[in-house]
Amino acid sequence: MSKIQATFERLQAQERRALIPFITAGDPDPELTVPLMHALVESGADIIELGVPFSDPMADGPTIQRASERALAKGVSLRRVLEMVANFRADNNETPVVLMGYANPIEAVGVDVFAAAAFDAGVDGVLVVDYPPEESAGFAQAMRANALDPIFLLAPTSTRERVAMVAELASGYVYYVSLKGVTGSAQLDVESVARRIPEIRAAVGVPVGVGFGIRDAQTAGAIARVADAVVVGSRIIEEIEQSPAGEVCARVKRLVADLRRGIDFRGQ
Amino acid sequence: MTATAYDLPDARGHFGPYGGVFVAETLIPALAELRDAYAAARCDAQFIDEFDYELKYYVGRPSPVYHARRLSDELGGARIFLKREDLNHTGAHKINNCIGQAMLARRMGKKRVIAETGAGQHGVAAATVAARYGMECVVYMGSEDVKRQAANVERMKLLGAAVAPVESGSRTLKDALNEAMRDWVTNVSTTFYIIGTVAGPHPYPTLVRDFQSVIGRECLVQMPELCGRQPDAVIACVGGGSNAIGIFHAYIPREEVRLIGVEAAGEGLETGRHAASLSAGHPGVLHGNRTYLLQDANGQIIETHSISAGLDYPGVGPEHAWLKDSGRAEYVTVTDAEALRAFHALCRLEGIIPALESSHAVAHALRIAPSMAKDKILLVNLSGRGDKDMHTVAEKSGIPF
Repeated sequence: MSKIQATFERLQAQERRALIPFITAGDPDPELTVPLMHALVESGADIIELGVPFSDPMADGPTIQRASERALAKGVSLRRVLEMVANFRADNNETPVVLMGYANPIEAVGVDVFAAAAFDAGVDGVLVVDYPPEESAGFAQAMRANALDPIFLLAPTSTRERVAMVAELASGYVYYVSLKGVTGSAQLDVESVARRIPEIRAAVGVPVGVGFGIRDAQTAGAIARVADAVVVGSRIIEEIEQSPAGEVCARVKRLVADLRRGIDFRGQ
Repeated sequence: MTATAYDLPDARGHFGPYGGVFVAETLIPALAELRDAYAAARCDAQFIDEFDYELKYYVGRPSPVYHARRLSDELGGARIFLKREDLNHTGAHKINNCIGQAMLARRMGKKRVIAETGAGQHGVAAATVAARYGMECVVYMGSEDVKRQAANVERMKLLGAAVAPVESGSRTLKDALNEAMRDWVTNVSTTFYIIGTVAGPHPYPTLVRDFQSVIGRECLVQMPELCGRQPDAVIACVGGGSNAIGIFHAYIPREEVRLIGVEAAGEGLETGRHAASLSAGHPGVLHGNRTYLLQDANGQIIETHSISAGLDYPGVGPEHAWLKDSGRAEYVTVTDAEALRAFHALCRLEGIIPALESSHAVAHALRIAPSMAKDKILLVNLSGRGDKDMHTVAEKSGIPF
C-alpha cells in the first residue's frame, strides 16, 4: 500500500480530512525548505505538496510564479529538490511528499531516470500540471513502475469522459481544481464543489482533494465537509513572502495550525 | 513532378513526437470546444468563402511575387523572387491568421478576444480584426517590449485595444503568452485567445497553419505564371514559424523544392545570445506543445536574443520540429549583423524596406545565391515591412534618426 493510500485510510478511520499544504521548494531559501516541511507536519499537515520551480509556470497565478522565481534565482533544480526530499526523509518517514510541477524539468532529466531518482529520494506522488491524461500514458507507467502515485487534476469543466480517463491512470488521490482560473484566484463556490465531488469520487475510486481559492480556516472547513482533502498553496506562499527572515517557519506554522482547526472543527 | 501525401497532424495534434496538448486540465475543455468549432468551420463553404472574401478585400490578397532583379544581378547567381506579404493590410502576414481566428471567435459567440505580442505586430493585427468585427480586445505584452515598441502600443490603443503590460519572468513574449493563457483559463466562457504563431496546444498549430497556408498556395500559381516553373528553394524566417509554415505548406508534397527555414543567430550561436531553437535547442514541453526549446541543463527556459523582436522566442512551432527531424525542411541561422546587411541591401537595391524578421530570410538568399547557376530560382517570403524597425536599425547602424 502506498504511503498516500495509508494516510487516507488512517484519516478515514478517524473520520478526519487531510490537510495538504503546498510550498515551492527553495522559496524563500533552499536552506529553509526542509525545516519548513517539518514545520508543516508539526502544525497538522497530512501530506506535503512540494512545488518544483519552473521558469514558465503557465497554470499558476502571480503568487506561486514569484515563489518559483525566488527559488530559481537561488539555483534550485529538480535534482536539488530531490535532495531536499531525501533530507526530509532522514527525520520523517511517514508523511507523504508529492512533487508538483511542470513537464519540462522532468523531461530534461528523462521521465524514467526521474521516476527512479524520485523513488530513491522518498517521493510518494507526482503531479505534472501540463500532463493531461491523454499525454500521460508513458509518464503514468514510469510512475507505477517506481511505486509512485501519478496525481491528476480535474476541473469544474471536466466532462464525464475526462473523469473516466483520469480514473484509468490516477492513484493516490485526484486534485479537484475548485474554480476556473489559476492558483491564488479569489472566488470559491463551495456549493458547486459540493455538488460535483460525490460523482467524481465514485468515478475515480481514490480520495478527492480540493484546492484553488482556499484562504482561511473557514473556507478550509467548508471544503473539508465535502472533500477528502484540502489543498492550500498561494495563501501559504503569501505568508512566506510577508514573513521577516527568521520568522518564516513560526508564521507558517501558525497559519497551518489555524487551517487544521478549521478542517477538524465539527460544530454546526 | 512528385507529390507525396502529407496529412499531419494526427487527430490529437501530433506531428510525429511533437505538438500535442500539454496544458492543465482547466484549459482542456476550451481547447476541445475550439477544436470542434474549427473542425466544423474548415468544412463549411460559407466560412471558407467569407475568409477568402476578407483576404481579398480587407487584406488585399493575393500579395504579389516580385522579381528582385537588381538584387539578383548584383549577386550574379540564382534569381531571387520575393513573396510580398509586407504589402498586406497592417504590413505583415500576421493579419491572415487574425482574420481567420476572429471569424472563428464570432462563430463561437465569443465577444472578447485576447492576444500575446512581442514586437507588437501580432498585437496590432489582433487589435485590427477586433475593431473590424466589433470585439473587445486585450493584448498582453511584456513590459520590456512595451518600452521598446512604443509606436505599436499606440497603434493598438488607437484601434481600441487595451494593452496589458506583463511584469513577470523576463517581461518579454514568452511571459506575455503565459499571461494570456492565464486570462483565457479564467475567462474561458466569454473569451477567444488569438495565438499569433504556429505554436501552442492543438489545434492552434494546425489552424494557424491553415489560415497562413494561403501564402504558399498563391505562390504555387504565381511562380509558373511569372517564370514558368516552381522555385528551386523556398526561404523563410522562423521565430514561432507561422510565415514559414504559411509558405512551406503547399510545397511540402513537392519534394523537388527545397524548404529552408532561417532562425535568428543573434550575436552568434557560440555566444549563447540567440533565438535558434531548432538549430541549438533540445526537445521539451512549453506553452502547450512538445517542440525544440532553448533551455538550460535543468529544463528551465532561457532568455533569447535577436535584433528582431518577432524572432525572439525560445520555442518553435511543432510542425517545424517535425519537418526538421524528417529532413523535409532544413534550418539555418543568420546573425543580427547579417540580417542588418540584408536589410540595407534590399532598401538600396530594390526600394523595399523589409522587417528585420524577413531580413533574416533575405540574408540567407544573399548567402547562397552567388554560388548558384543563373537559371536557379529562390523564393523568399518577405513576411513584413520594416517601418516598425526604424529605431532599431538607426541605433544598430549608427545612423542618427
